[in-house]
Amino acid sequence: MIRVLHRWPGLLALALVTVLALSGAALSVFPAAERLAAPQAEAELNVATLAARIQAAYPGVEQIRRAPSGRITAYWFDQGTPGAAVIDPATGLGAGSADPNQTQRWLTNLHRSLFLGDGGRIAMAMGAAAMLVLALSGAALVARRTGGWRHWFARLRGPLPGRLHVEIARLAVLGLVLSSATALWMTASTFDLLPDAGANLSIPAEVSGQTGVALAAIDRLASTPVAELRELNFPYPDDMTDVFTLTTDDGTGFLDQGTGALLNWVDPTGWQRVSETIYMLHTGQGAATLGLVLGLMVLGIPAMGATGVLIWLAGRRGRPRIRGNQPAGRAQTILLVGSESGSTWGFAATLHAALSKAGQSVHAAPMSGFAPDRYSHAERIIVLAATYGDGDAPASAKGFLDRLTAVDGAAVVPLAVLGFGDRSFPAYCAFAKAVAAVAGAKGWPELIPLDTVDRQSPQDFARWGRALGQAMAIDLELVHQPILPATETLTLVSRRDYGAEVQAPTAILRFALPRTTLWQRLTGAGFARFAAGDLIGILPEGSPVPRFYSLAAARRDGFIEIVVKKHPGGLCSGQLNGLEPGATITAFLRRNPDFHPGRGRTPLILIGAGTGIGPLVGFVRGNTRRRPIHLFFGMRHPDSDFLYGAEMPDWQAKGHLARVVTAVSRGARPNYVQDALRGDGAEVSRLIRNGARVMVCGGRDMAAGVADVLAEVLAPAGLTPAALKLEGRYVEDVY
Amino acid sequence: MKSLLATLALTTALTLPGLAMARPVTMTTTLNSYGGDGAYLALYVTDPSGAYVGSLWMAGGKSKYYKHLSDWYRLTGGDKAQVNGITGASVGAGRSLEITLDLSDALFDAGYTLHVDAAVEDMRESPNEIAVPLTTENAGKPVRGRRYVAGFTYDM
Repeated sequence: MIRVLHRWPGLLALALVTVLALSGAALSVFPAAERLAAPQAEAELNVATLAARIQAAYPGVEQIRRAPSGRITAYWFDQGTPGAAVIDPATGLGAGSADPNQTQRWLTNLHRSLFLGDGGRIAMAMGAAAMLVLALSGAALVARRTGGWRHWFARLRGPLPGRLHVEIARLAVLGLVLSSATALWMTASTFDLLPDAGANLSIPAEVSGQTGVALAAIDRLASTPVAELRELNFPYPDDMTDVFTLTTDDGTGFLDQGTGALLNWVDPTGWQRVSETIYMLHTGQGAATLGLVLGLMVLGIPAMGATGVLIWLAGRRGRPRIRGNQPAGRAQTILLVGSESGSTWGFAATLHAALSKAGQSVHAAPMSGFAPDRYSHAERIIVLAATYGDGDAPASAKGFLDRLTAVDGAAVVPLAVLGFGDRSFPAYCAFAKAVAAVAGAKGWPELIPLDTVDRQSPQDFARWGRALGQAMAIDLELVHQPILPATETLTLVSRRDYGAEVQAPTAILRFALPRTTLWQRLTGAGFARFAAGDLIGILPEGSPVPRFYSLAAARRDGFIEIVVKKHPGGLCSGQLNGLEPGATITAFLRRNPDFHPGRGRTPLILIGAGTGIGPLVGFVRGNTRRRPIHLFFGMRHPDSDFLYGAEMPDWQAKGHLARVVTAVSRGARPNYVQDALRGDGAEVSRLIRNGARVMVCGGRDMAAGVADVLAEVLAPAGLTPAALKLEGRYVEDVY
Repeated sequence: MKSLLATLALTTALTLPGLAMARPVTMTTTLNSYGGDGAYLALYVTDPSGAYVGSLWMAGGKSKYYKHLSDWYRLTGGDKAQVNGITGASVGAGRSLEITLDLSDALFDAGYTLHVDAAVEDMRESPNEIAVPLTTENAGKPVRGRRYVAGFTYDM
């Protein structure tokens, strides 16, 4: 819900808010410039002295005004000719033109009304309202993303546009709330919707009838410092009934032109003071530094607009369009989807289409949007749930279990749960199982028993669909074809073979960069931009399901490289190991921003075994800034599967690689990479205490062993791998 | 043709019993290129003693700015009802405002004065920008304002 509140005002008001932000940022400079340029009055100067100086210089003076910047302007008539100037308070003489700055005037009119009068003012106010909604909903989203308001500045993960968006937002959001809320107040004030006009000052009925009091003799003027002055109006010459009108920070009053006596005075109302403060906060007039800060903050808006659109587009691409989705309140079948990368949405779309075709009205929604009170016509709920990490809820299912647990009363609608996962993971479909367990414990009836789909298997899905159809007494045939990103054809240019002697045939495969279109280069789509550690999805012949490999090279290396071990009976690894230079594969890029080394200067500890060396070597190759890298590498035998063994001395000589520690598992003294790590424990612990980052790539068992050893090694220092993970200083790419 | 403000008709009827005749009067106010935003203008009439009689027109829709038309504001106490129904848009620099009203014959050649107050955002206030006696003789003769008005005429 909050996301919807954030997305649509953002997209709809993008242009308007961008105009507001850019013009506002430009305008923020003027108060500061005026403050610097205006000749300032000496601290003890009072209004009487100032007015006398000005009157001496311009006998026909009618009005003196002081802007919050301290700039003093006088208006006079000299023999019927109007004159005006910015005044140097030290002399009372003109020190500059009083004409309004035309650029500022143009920008102000653009900013508040798009040059369109009242209609434009209302449009811009709606832009400000959109900005306020965006800022507040965005703040709620940031808090949700970082895990609560207290973690406001926590480290961010995920794709670059999203991180940039949040990074700018959490710095700028206060300024945006302040600017937009004050803008709305000012619009309301302009349209007379607020009682902030101030009290009326009645004209004095009785004046002395005399004229010509000396300015210096007027007590009220002598006792008012120039810093408090806003406006002083002189009486008309020859009008005996007229008076001096003085406006200061403390109110407005009339002064007799014959005696100088104070005839009447009103204080500003509370509303007036609030409106003045809000005007100051919004325009920076009287608070120039704050104005500049706000100006800088709103400059983040165009950047957030651009990244916001990118995030939205990426989300749309990742999630297939579900046609004919019914409102939650009217649907018979509620389809809840827990998806991390979007592939489960593909299955949901297939199921939605099949059920709709069978005459059902179906509402599909993310699991995080679970709202049982709204399902008034629901006859069943179907949950399609992937699993994130070690049994965690995937992105679109955050908070689902809590909400399910919190549901009051007896549930009457039967529930079916289908898990999506990969059997090679220990926590296979663990989240789906947790959902089924909680639902069972809460007494939800079971529509059909929990089932699972392994590695996006269309066969598993079709089988489950038949069971579902039976339970619903409809004929349900689910034919699912995974939706894949646009693929490219890659040509193998070279291969290097290792490990045949130790029964682990492994190849380093190098592919040529595919030709990229101008659009791809501009947007960084596809293979136009990638880094070591990103993933390549390869579609083997005979299967629509992609297999993912970590990239061992970055775009700027000029080639695509992966390390592949042949698995007995493995479809994709077998095909890849059979490739000869000139042969082609079908592949696409998937970004993996969590497994990038980052830009810091702190040491890197890279730990890998076997083909896990791939992305690690990519980091070493790209380490032109000579960040200290400590590589721990496990192999079977140095004569057979020392992947990249030939290049390592060269990288060490160039300073790309500080140190290599190898572990050999075959031979007289079998040694695994975790053993090597333990052997080097003191140094590893020292590096980590000094801020080093740990990156692990390889098999699941190795990664578990590494985590155990690190826990052991770090315990004396009071650190744990879990704590490092939270800080983003311990990342794994495990298969 | 815009009809004369009710209050003005009422006041003149009270002060000058017996008058019945009225005639259309066209007032044209042309602004010079003063280089600012649209000007607020108040057109109003005072009697021979200088007392406020009534308003003829208010160019400018936001009453919170009326206090800058300082003479009009002082004479009326800022009473918005004085310009109820006879309010229009502010007048841009270099533009003209033309209004036609039925004015009572009794206002002419009887010592009444037509005033125009002007004010522009971030620029000087110009109360009494124009003060022209209402006489049949003065009709059609352009008058220059003090700061913003390049020419003001009323034609009968």
